[in-house]
Amino acid sequence: MNNSIRQQIVISGVGGQGVLFITRLLAEAAIIKGLSVFTSETHGMAQRGGTVLSHLKVGNFASPLIQPGNANGLLALKPDSMARHGYFLKSDAWAVVNSREDVIAKPGIWAYTIDAENLAQRIHNPKAVNLILLGFAIAVVSKALEKSLFCAFEDVITVLQHRLAKKKQMLDDAVKAIETGFDGFLNQLFFEHNTEIGQKNH
Amino acid sequence: MSKRTLMLGNEAIAQGLMESCCMMATSYPGTPASEILSTFAALQKKRSDKRHIQWAVNEKVAFEIAYTGSMAGLRTAVSMKQVGLNVASDPLMSAAYLGVKGGFVVISADDPGPHSSQTEQDSRLMAMMARIPVLDPDSPRQAKEMVATAFELSEAFKIPVMLRPTTRVCHARQDIEPGSVPSCKPEVDFQKEPTRWAATPKFRFHLHQELEKKLNDVSRYSKTAPVRLNIEAKASSALIASGVAAAHAKEVLEDLNLWQVIPMYQVLQPFPLHQEFISHMINTYDEILVLEETTGVIEMQLADRSRVKGKLSHSVPMVGELLPETIRKIVGEFAGIGTERMDIPSEPGVRPTLCAGCPHRAAFFAVKKAAPKGIYPSDIGCYTLGLNLGAVDTVLCMGAAVSQAAGFYHAYKNEEKRPDIVATIGDSTFFHAGIPALVDAVVQNVRFVLVILDNRTTAMTGNQPTPAMGIGAVGESLTSVDIERVVEGSGVGFCRVGDPYDLKEFISLLKEAVKYSRENGPAVVISRHPCLLDRFRKETPTRQPVKVEVADTCDGCAFCIQHFECPALVFNETEEQVRIDPILCNGCGVCISVCPKKSIKEVKDA
Repeated sequence: MNNSIRQQIVISGVGGQGVLFITRLLAEAAIIKGLSVFTSETHGMAQRGGTVLSHLKVGNFASPLIQPGNANGLLALKPDSMARHGYFLKSDAWAVVNSREDVIAKPGIWAYTIDAENLAQRIHNPKAVNLILLGFAIAVVSKALEKSLFCAFEDVITVLQHRLAKKKQMLDDAVKAIETGFDGFLNQLFFEHNTEIGQKNH
Repeated sequence: MSKRTLMLGNEAIAQGLMESCCMMATSYPGTPASEILSTFAALQKKRSDKRHIQWAVNEKVAFEIAYTGSMAGLRTAVSMKQVGLNVASDPLMSAAYLGVKGGFVVISADDPGPHSSQTEQDSRLMAMMARIPVLDPDSPRQAKEMVATAFELSEAFKIPVMLRPTTRVCHARQDIEPGSVPSCKPEVDFQKEPTRWAATPKFRFHLHQELEKKLNDVSRYSKTAPVRLNIEAKASSALIASGVAAAHAKEVLEDLNLWQVIPMYQVLQPFPLHQEFISHMINTYDEILVLEETTGVIEMQLADRSRVKGKLSHSVPMVGELLPETIRKIVGEFAGIGTERMDIPSEPGVRPTLCAGCPHRAAFFAVKKAAPKGIYPSDIGCYTLGLNLGAVDTVLCMGAAVSQAAGFYHAYKNEEKRPDIVATIGDSTFFHAGIPALVDAVVQNVRFVLVILDNRTTAMTGNQPTPAMGIGAVGESLTSVDIERVVEGSGVGFCRVGDPYDLKEFISLLKEAVKYSRENGPAVVISRHPCLLDRFRKETPTRQPVKVEVADTCDGCAFCIQHFECPALVFNETEEQVRIDPILCNGCGVCISVCPKKSIKEVKDA
């Protein structure tokens, strides 16, 4: 088992957006990479449209929760998640936010936005905001920042193929959504339309 | 691919039950415990051996069934949330005296925070009160291991054993390698022993003596003794932690470079605390910090108050979850090193709401129309969110809507002007604890309306079946119990069924019920429409979704948003009009009748 990797990611949104689903995809991707993993989830009443927050810790950890100021990254499915949960981030962390407009991040945080709702409409899969943001996050971390995520794009696809093995249509839709998010970032790079606040890196 | 799989804490507990040859498991759903039984049932589907797995009508019944399985020699378990244990506390206290034959594990999941409960109560105090041992896991993996330990402990001392996970164990996921499930061939053999199983008070005295002796022995049982985690650390002060607080504390000690400095002990069995451990701690250390959730159970068993820091000394907060950042601050202070202050913004979260198209919303709107100045007692479930519509005035505990309606009636009955009282209760909650209260209301001729929100499922906790559905935990067919017949059998003179989607008719039905209740006594209206999320829903939808739009006559009064509160109704600030969010709208069409200006209209396809 690889003991050196330690990554902590916060995933934030509201009940019904599929925060739990993408948390599970990432956690299972960690397992196929031979890494230990911990997640902590919100269940119960908050799942009825209230604020939900997942903690994902990859590597050797004892506690399921991330301490404020310790997270390497944030996936925010709502524009205001940055204000609400940005305090979890380290000073050199990344954040990807589903938002039509730029978001204000703390100094040093690299915040990237994508209008995932619009893209979801375009691929006729309005519920796929979560997967689009996940694809976008993988692209941001691997292509824009000189950082590496504990897993690659292909690992997440492998997990999806495993989970949705008997549901061909759902699998195809899910893969398309992740690709849409991933390509969404490449298009932003092309048009130099990405939004970084704090630091410019290219 | 690795054999390790990602397991939710509750799934790990279910896997542990399966590996330990638990032959009977019962439960009533409640966050954070619900997935234990559903996972156990799912695991059973893949097996050929026979087990009894069931959702019971309430936790008391669940407890009594599983406990009796243990009397007959089987390994059994009952799972519930902490407030469920209140309901099951009667058999718990007695079962502790009587003891067990097959191993019997009571899983009571606590919810420090609280995240999804009416209290933060500590089930370990219930174990103390009942005088049974309790195990406190720090992670899904340890929870699974502790299931096996709990059965061994239960059988070694013939005593019920409690496993007390918390939300952060139940709803954490971890990579866990499942063990193998042996082929289980238990012997069912109830041996009559009336002086035990039907003990009279005289024998109860002896059973109590026996219980205290068992506990004394349990407090010397080596397998559940506290563990010293960092042998290398030497200091005159030490840290004791249990449950998920221990998991946080391990990371905090490492982060603060204190792992090799402060000796840390993890307590696995907070009650009864091991006697040797108590003497060792008191004889070895000048200062001892105790971290545990939610009450100071370990702390109060450490006799020397002058040396122990914890909740009783106000070094640790008495209220709320012990988050890692809180533990960091406490441990930093204890070690005499400063920790940097964290600024955590107090951004209000988004409040939860009933789903778009939820039949409860229509029912609540109708309640307010039928009794605009009424008092609205309600109950535990999704429909607690009727709060957002101003249609829920009280929420106490399971089943209390009915008895609280009675309480209000009796309080006001001698007044000149009596308010109308309209109580709401879910179908599952009605079965759980509403029926005795309804019988009482009939006897006392309480003049109120009870609206049973019958969505054919236990929705809040993940759509477990209710007694009315005729479906079991493993998907088997069962007998169904008819709500109307229960109501009529209780002696209620007015019992009618309506569909809240037919809003106008439903409001008139409720008005009729209110009128009846003023003059005659209890009236019941069953508001029947299946939950939108229900995966067991068998009925084919009889109505097609209605496509709705807001006409330009909308003057932006926002009555619909304020009083109907559907998430699909959105106020457009620039146009100062209401719009329908087409992604969220499920086409129930109820809002057409809600708009006072008749500006929400059905769109007919040309």
